[in-house]
Amino acid sequence: MPISLLVEGLSAKRGEDLIFHDISFVLTAGEALVVTGPNGSGKSTLLRVLAGLLAAQSGRVLLDGISSEIGHPREFCHYLGHRNAMKRELTVEENLSFWKSFMGDSPGGAGIGIEEAAEALGLGGISHLPFGYLSAGQQRRMAMAKLLVAYRPIWLLDEPTAALDASADRLFATLVTRHLGAGGIVVAATHQPLGVEARELRMTGFAGVAGEVGH
Amino acid sequence: MTSLFLRDLKLAMRAGGGALIGVLFFMTVVAVVPFAVGPDLNLLSRIGPAILWIGALLASLLGLDRLFQAEREDGSLDLMLMQETPLVLTVLMKCLAHWTATGLPLVIASPLLGLFMNMKELAIGATMLTLLAGTPAITLIGAAGAAVAVTLPRGGLLVSILVLPLTVPVLIFGVSAAYAAVEDPAPFLPPFLILIAITLFFAVIGPLSAALALRAASD
Repeated sequence: MPISLLVEGLSAKRGEDLIFHDISFVLTAGEALVVTGPNGSGKSTLLRVLAGLLAAQSGRVLLDGISSEIGHPREFCHYLGHRNAMKRELTVEENLSFWKSFMGDSPGGAGIGIEEAAEALGLGGISHLPFGYLSAGQQRRMAMAKLLVAYRPIWLLDEPTAALDASADRLFATLVTRHLGAGGIVVAATHQPLGVEARELRMTGFAGVAGEVGH
Repeated sequence: MTSLFLRDLKLAMRAGGGALIGVLFFMTVVAVVPFAVGPDLNLLSRIGPAILWIGALLASLLGLDRLFQAEREDGSLDLMLMQETPLVLTVLMKCLAHWTATGLPLVIASPLLGLFMNMKELAIGATMLTLLAGTPAITLIGAAGAAVAVTLPRGGLLVSILVLPLTVPVLIFGVSAAYAAVEDPAPFLPPFLILIAITLFFAVIGPLSAALALRAASD
């Protein structure tokens, strides 16, 4: 059964101020949502609320079409934030194999091997290096390899392509397309075009009502 | 879960991990005591267990503030908070790895330092045993303190101040069990069993409160 992500009347606060309010959307399997808007309009906050890392002021996030019992939708999500969640002291291989075994796979899919994931991001053959030795762009790409080694149907991506060159941009677009083709869901906050067919949610910021622009 | 344990051990062993900083600090503290107290061998052997315990307590407080802060700084904590694995288990596993990397070396180094303090074999053995049973409690209490101070950039001293009052019972029963082994009339087993009970108690309470604090601190 294909899954879908339901968001109903979501609003969130940072301190005393409402960052956004009453955001609702439904994403079904194979759909992507690009969240755009100026700096400080609440794109990252929205993603962190979806990832269950920030409590919503009101509204809820639901998953539909999951047969097994789940505690919270976040268990079915990958979250790629501004920080890479990789240890500089460990090699790329150690980092990725830790996350692979620590995160495990969500039902309905399986992660690919570590070397395979590094190849998929165009960085095969350097996974024996400590993560700290890599350049900023390479580090970002290796952080993306996390999305592949452990299977999650929903990807929450916060500025995924910052620090990437044009070819890596295209590479990432094909990965996202492949994930969507396999029945995944992607929510990405970004300033640059993601390079895939996606709906757009434009955040206006400062508690302004966010409108969905459609295709 | 074992992968988390192995990763944390590896991180502690690599450069900058700070696994041996605690042992070095422990050795420094204990090694200067004979210089301060003077060459009174009887006095040294009498205060030996207490000095070893104070040194071990302070040394195990040293690296505690980095327990979750390092994870938070590189974003790993976000991912740990999102998993199906209960956060309590993740915290417990991190505590175990932290103790194995920083607490266990203190226990292993304690017989050597016991010789510095002119302690008898029995006293050295008893102190080592009480340290083995008691130092995990310090890490487990410290985890709660480290979780509370996780968002503070320089929370090191704060963690120690938060944690120190709670570790006093550990110190009291650890030292009294070590003394009971050498001084005849006092029984060894009751304080030692209470020490183990304290460790088991904090093995439940510590990770639970640390997990609560980490959830509340996410931003």
